[in-house]
Amino acid sequence: MKARQKRMLFVGVAILGVGVAASLALSALQSNIAYFFSPSQVHAGEHPTDAVFRVGGLVVEDTLARQEDGLTVRFDVTDNAKTVPVSYTGILPDLFGEGQGVVAKGRIGTDGVFYADEVLAKHDESYMPPEVQDTLQTAHVEGVIDAAGEAGDTAARTLSQ
Amino acid sequence: MTINWFKYASPAAFYPIAGRLVPVFSIAALGLVLFSLYWGFFETPERLGGSNPQKEYYRIIFVHVPSAWMSMWLYLVLAAWSGIGLVFNTRLSFMMANAIAPTGAIFTFIALWTGAFWGRPSWGTYWDWDPRLTSELILFFMYIGFMALHSAIDDSRRADRAAALLAIVGLVMLPVIYWSINCPDPNNCAALHQRSSLTQIESNILTAMLTMTLGFWLYSFATAFARLQGIILTRELESAWVRDMVSGPTPAASGG
Repeated sequence: MKARQKRMLFVGVAILGVGVAASLALSALQSNIAYFFSPSQVHAGEHPTDAVFRVGGLVVEDTLARQEDGLTVRFDVTDNAKTVPVSYTGILPDLFGEGQGVVAKGRIGTDGVFYADEVLAKHDESYMPPEVQDTLQTAHVEGVIDAAGEAGDTAARTLSQ
Repeated sequence: MTINWFKYASPAAFYPIAGRLVPVFSIAALGLVLFSLYWGFFETPERLGGSNPQKEYYRIIFVHVPSAWMSMWLYLVLAAWSGIGLVFNTRLSFMMANAIAPTGAIFTFIALWTGAFWGRPSWGTYWDWDPRLTSELILFFMYIGFMALHSAIDDSRRADRAAALLAIVGLVMLPVIYWSINCPDPNNCAALHQRSSLTQIESNILTAMLTMTLGFWLYSFATAFARLQGIILTRELESAWVRDMVSGPTPAASGG
């Protein structure tokens, strides 16, 4: 084996090792990383009880209510299976609205209400002008909860109608 | 007809070629970037619809997405030249990797920076430890680490090999960045960042985005070749061809 072939083998093995490391990292990320918990996971008690965590989902239509102090808002977050009531005092992002995706960071109270310190709005990956969007009737929860697969699309369409 | 590619692996042979290519790529890049800016500002919808009702600020996409793509692509190119350098022991390959690194770091920074300015009006925050944002930040540190390691070792041949190995190890970040938002089951990688989409983009937005990407790519060629010329001159300072070129051939040095 020539020296050059040896080095080629060495680099090949290195890239292979990096590939294995990447796939391990990805599978570890998929099972461990919990950027946010879905309402179903919260109901199942998978969320941390002693730490701040994030809840992600859609704001349920007709549940957005401003409290008497004029700053606090209450709304329900759903993943089409379960809902979690959220209370937040502060300025809401521009894209926040009923039927839109949100990620709320905070703690869950003993009354079952999620008290958020921060509410972020999500948006989907569709970049269409309004008129095109209307005719396409594109489901708007894709990328928020369950974009992949037909099941997700069907659920999204049901919810957006 | 066979071309002897190794001929161009010689810094002395490639130096004049790089010099001729820099203005070509610069002018083409400038033209494409200006065209993309015009198209992105004047030929695209002023707001989006559906559940992505962003207003004018969505136009950050024309800089954000192309620079994010370039940040990943240039890392792949950097690692490829590093691998070629390790296998064939060609000095020029390592020099090429070194010439690409700053451009890649700049594009990574621009992607993060414009993303922050986009995130503030749309999501409501400049930064969050979302998987996509975090992995892109690590890619930025990989570029910085590559440049830092190379400049920390005095012997340039040893520095080349050490930094090349680091670059190959850093390849691990590319699939992580890609799948951080594109995993098959979104429940497993819940993220703030929206997923990738090329099919759900209005054609004028897509046009401006793709021509900007091409412009950024040609800009990368121009800056990398310009930087490569500087690196070649610095590292071949003692060789006869550089001395001849700087001072003109002297009778004593002729034939070298």
